[in-house]
Amino acid sequence: MRRTVNRIAHEIVERERDLSSLAIVGIRARGDALAKRLRDAIRANEGVEVPLGALDITLYRDDLTRVGYAPVVRETAIDFTVDDRVVVLVDDVLFTGRTVRAAMDALVDYGRPRAIRLAVLVDRGHRELPIRADFVGKNVPTSLGVDVRVRLVESDGRDEVEVVEMARV
Amino acid sequence: MKVTWSRRHVLETDDWSREEIEHVLDTANGMLEVLSRPIRRAPPLRGRTVILFFAEASTRTRVSFELAAKALSADVVNITATGSSVEKGESLLDTARTLEALGGDVLVIRHGSSGAPYFVAQRVGAAVINAGDGAHAHPTQGLLDAYTLRAKLGDLAGKRIVVVGDVLHSRVARSDINALVPLGARVTLSGPPTLLPAAWRCGDLPSGVGYEPDVDRALDGADGVIALRLQRERQEAGLLPSIREYARTWGLTEPRVATMRPGAPVMHPGPMNEGVEIDAAVAHGARSLIEEQVTNGVAVRMALLYLLIAGGEPRLIVGAEPPTSIAGGEPPATPLPTGVV
Amino acid sequence: MTTFDRRALEAAGYLVVPGFIDLHVHLREPGFEDSETIASGARAALRGGFTTVCAMPNTEPAIDSPGLIAELVARAKAANAARVLPVATITRGRKGKELADLVELAAAGAVAFSDDGSPVDDARLFRSALEYARAADRPVLEHPQDLALSARGVMHEGRVSADLGLPGIPAAAEEAAIARDLALAKLSGARLHLQHVSTARSVELVRRAKADGLAVTCEVTPHHLALTDAWVAGDRTVAWEGRPSPRATPFDASTKVNPPLRTEGDVRALWDALADGTIDAIATDHAPHASVKKDVEYDLAAFGISGLETALPLLLGGVDAGWAALDTVIAALTTGPARVLGIDVPDDDWTVVDRAATWIVTAAGLASKGKNTPLLGRELRGRVVMSVVGGDVRYEGDLRAAPLAVR
Repeated sequence: MRRTVNRIAHEIVERERDLSSLAIVGIRARGDALAKRLRDAIRANEGVEVPLGALDITLYRDDLTRVGYAPVVRETAIDFTVDDRVVVLVDDVLFTGRTVRAAMDALVDYGRPRAIRLAVLVDRGHRELPIRADFVGKNVPTSLGVDVRVRLVESDGRDEVEVVEMARV
Repeated sequence: MKVTWSRRHVLETDDWSREEIEHVLDTANGMLEVLSRPIRRAPPLRGRTVILFFAEASTRTRVSFELAAKALSADVVNITATGSSVEKGESLLDTARTLEALGGDVLVIRHGSSGAPYFVAQRVGAAVINAGDGAHAHPTQGLLDAYTLRAKLGDLAGKRIVVVGDVLHSRVARSDINALVPLGARVTLSGPPTLLPAAWRCGDLPSGVGYEPDVDRALDGADGVIALRLQRERQEAGLLPSIREYARTWGLTEPRVATMRPGAPVMHPGPMNEGVEIDAAVAHGARSLIEEQVTNGVAVRMALLYLLIAGGEPRLIVGAEPPTSIAGGEPPATPLPTGVV
Repeated sequence: MTTFDRRALEAAGYLVVPGFIDLHVHLREPGFEDSETIASGARAALRGGFTTVCAMPNTEPAIDSPGLIAELVARAKAANAARVLPVATITRGRKGKELADLVELAAAGAVAFSDDGSPVDDARLFRSALEYARAADRPVLEHPQDLALSARGVMHEGRVSADLGLPGIPAAAEEAAIARDLALAKLSGARLHLQHVSTARSVELVRRAKADGLAVTCEVTPHHLALTDAWVAGDRTVAWEGRPSPRATPFDASTKVNPPLRTEGDVRALWDALADGTIDAIATDHAPHASVKKDVEYDLAAFGISGLETALPLLLGGVDAGWAALDTVIAALTTGPARVLGIDVPDDDWTVVDRAATWIVTAAGLASKGKNTPLLGRELRGRVVMSVVGGDVRYEGDLRAAPLAVR
C-alpha cells in the first residue's frame, strides 16, 4: 500500500506541476488518512508542503432515509481557501460515485476551485453516476455481491484491502 | 462506536441518556462548522418541510429554528399566534389536525401551556420539537446551554453550575437541569423562596441538584452561572417585595461573579433585563458567553432537526442494498483518526 | 336470569351485598347533556353497583328551587335505573352570595345541601348555611378548598408539579378550609359532611374533630385511594402495586381532578382513616365530561374523573393488598353514606359482585357518557354483575362465568 500511495503521489506531481496551487482533501472516514499519507509523500519527494483538509460528507448524502444507524456528523476541517486551487479529493474505494458526488457538492460550498481531481485507492466499478477517478491505486473488478473493505494503520491497526462476500439481507 | 438514535420527538431531555445528549452535542460541532463556511448551508433536508408553530411570541427562538432549518436547506413554514386561528379560539386539537393535514416533517412548537407539545405529538405524524411549553421545558435551550458550557469547560463531570432567578416559572431552568445533570454536572439553584417550586425548596430535588438561597454562597467557587429572566409581573403577583430588592439580592454583579472559579462563564437565555437579574458590565464582560449561546443555539437546533429526520427508525426500502454499499464508501459510524492537519 | 335469588347467587360464588349508595355524583342534567344525562348516569351507577346516587346540584340551572327538584326526581324515575336523590345548592345559583331557600328545598325532597365544585368561600355565609341546615335537619356537603391558596393550580403541589412545571394546589388549600369548616360546625352544631378529603392532614383534622364529639362526617373517592400525582407525569402504577406499570404520556388531562391526586403518603393515610372509621363513606365524585372539555391542554382541561363504573375494582384492589377489610369497604359504600344522609339503607337493594372477573376498561364499554378516566385500557379485577333496586333486577351483566370455577 505504501508503494501505491507513493505512485499516486508521483502521478499527482507529474500531472499538476504547479504545486503552489495544489490542495489535498480527504473524504472522511478513510480518505482523510490516505490524504495525509499523500501529503507526506509529496513533502518527502518534492519538499513542498501541500495544504491538507478533511471533508465530512454526511450532510450531503442522498440516502438519508436508508441509513439505519445514527448518522455521525463530523467536522469538516478545511482551513485554507479553495478558490482557484486544484483540489485533489481522496477516498479509499470508488464504487457508485455517490460519495464523490456528495463530496464535490460539499467542496463547492467552500468556494470555487479551479479544478477538482479524484484519487482513490481502489476502483471497484459499478458506477451509478458519470464520475471517474484521475488517480487510481488499483482497479479491482468486483461483483455486486461483495464488499470491498480498506483498513488503514491509522484507524484499524493494519493496512489491507479485503474483498468479502456480503451476508444476504 | 455505534450510537443508537431512536427519538421520534424532542419534548424534554428528562429521560435521555448521557450518550444521546452527547451525540446531539457532537453533531452540533459539525453544524457549527457549516455555519462558519462562506456558504452557510448544507443540503441534507432538501425537500423537507419544517413547520414553526409559535402560539406564544418569541422572536429569538423562532429565528434560531428558522436559521437552523434553512442552513440545512429545509423549507420553512411559519405559523404564529397572531397569524393563525389560535387567536380566534381554535382548539389545540383542531390546530393539531390542521397541522397534520398540512404535512411537514418536523413540527416545532412553542406554547404557553405546559405539556402542549406532548398533546400535539400524540396527534400528528411529524416529529415534534418542543420550543418551550409553559413553565415545563425548553429542551433545545437546555442542550445549547450544555453545548456552550462543554465547549468552554470541557467535560462537565463534577462541574458545578449555578442557576439563579425565577426557577418556579422557568422552563429553561428545568431543561438546563435535564441536560446538564446527565453529563455529570451538579446544578445549584438560587433565588427568592417564592420563586422556587415548594418541593424543591424543601429539599425534594432532582438528583444532582441543590438549592442555596444565598446567591453569594451559591456562586462561591462555582464553575459557571446561568441567570434567568425575571418577569416584572412577579412583583404584582405578590411573589416579590420589589424588583429593586431582587436586583440587589440576587442580581449578577461583577463582585459576585468574581467569586466563581477563574474564567467561570456567565450565561443568560435572553432576553435580558440588564440591571435586574444581570448587570450590563457582567452581561458584556469577559466571562459572558451570551453571544456564543445564540450561535450555538442555531447549531444545536440544526443537529436536532437533522437527527430527527436522518437518524430516525431504520426505514430500509424493500429491495434496496444495505447501507454500506449505497454510498459506495464507508458507513460514517466507524472509528476514525482525529487531528488531521 | 331476571329474578334475584340471593342464595343461588351466593351458592354460585358471587358476593352479594346491599346496594351501594354514592353520596357524590354529577349527572350534568340539566345543562350539560353532552357530558352525561340523568338516564346515562343512573345506568352507569347500576353498572358500578350503586343503586342510590346523590346528584350534585352544579347543573345549569343549578338546583336551587323546589321546581327544579321535582323535575329532577321525575326524570330520574323515568330513567328507571338507580335511585337518584336530589341535593340542592347552599347558595342561590351556587354563586356563594346569598342562601337558597333551604327549608323549602328540604321539604321539596332535597336530601342535603352542597355548592360542590366550589366551597362557600364567605365564612359568615357558610355559618348561616350550617345554622339553617340544622333547622332543616339536613347535612351540608362541603367542598373544602381555600380558593386563594389553590389559585390557578391544576394538580397537587409537590415534587411532580415542580418537575412538570404545572401550577400546584397545595394540600394546605384543603386543610385550611377544613379547619375553618370544623370551627364553624362547632359553632352551629350542624351536620357537616366534608367531601372528597384527599390529604393525610385532612383526615387527621377530622379524626380529632370526631374525638371532640363534633357531628362531622367525611368521604373519600376511589381515585384518591388508588392513584397518585405521579399519574400526571405518566406513571400508571396503582398505589398498592409493587412493580411499576408501563408509562403513559405525561400531561394526560384524564388525570386532572379536583381535589388533585395526592402523594403515596396521603393515599396510605386515607386507607388508614377508612380502616379506623374516620372516613364514613366512599363516594365516587363521578365527574363525566364530554371529550371537548378534556381533549385540550392540561391547564385548560376540566377537572374530574368518570368514576362510577371503575370504583369497586379499585377498592377491591386495596382490599386484596390488605389495606382495609372487605367489610369496612362495603360498609363505607352502604351503611356509612346512609348514616351521613340520616336515611335507612333501602331494604331490597342489592349488588352482586364477581370478585374474580377481569375486564378491560374501554370507552365503548362504559355506560357513562364521560369516558374521562385514566384507567382506559387497563385491566381491572372484580366486576358488578347485577344490581337490584327494590327487588327489581335493573342491571344484569355477564353471569355466565361461574366465579367458583374461576377460583
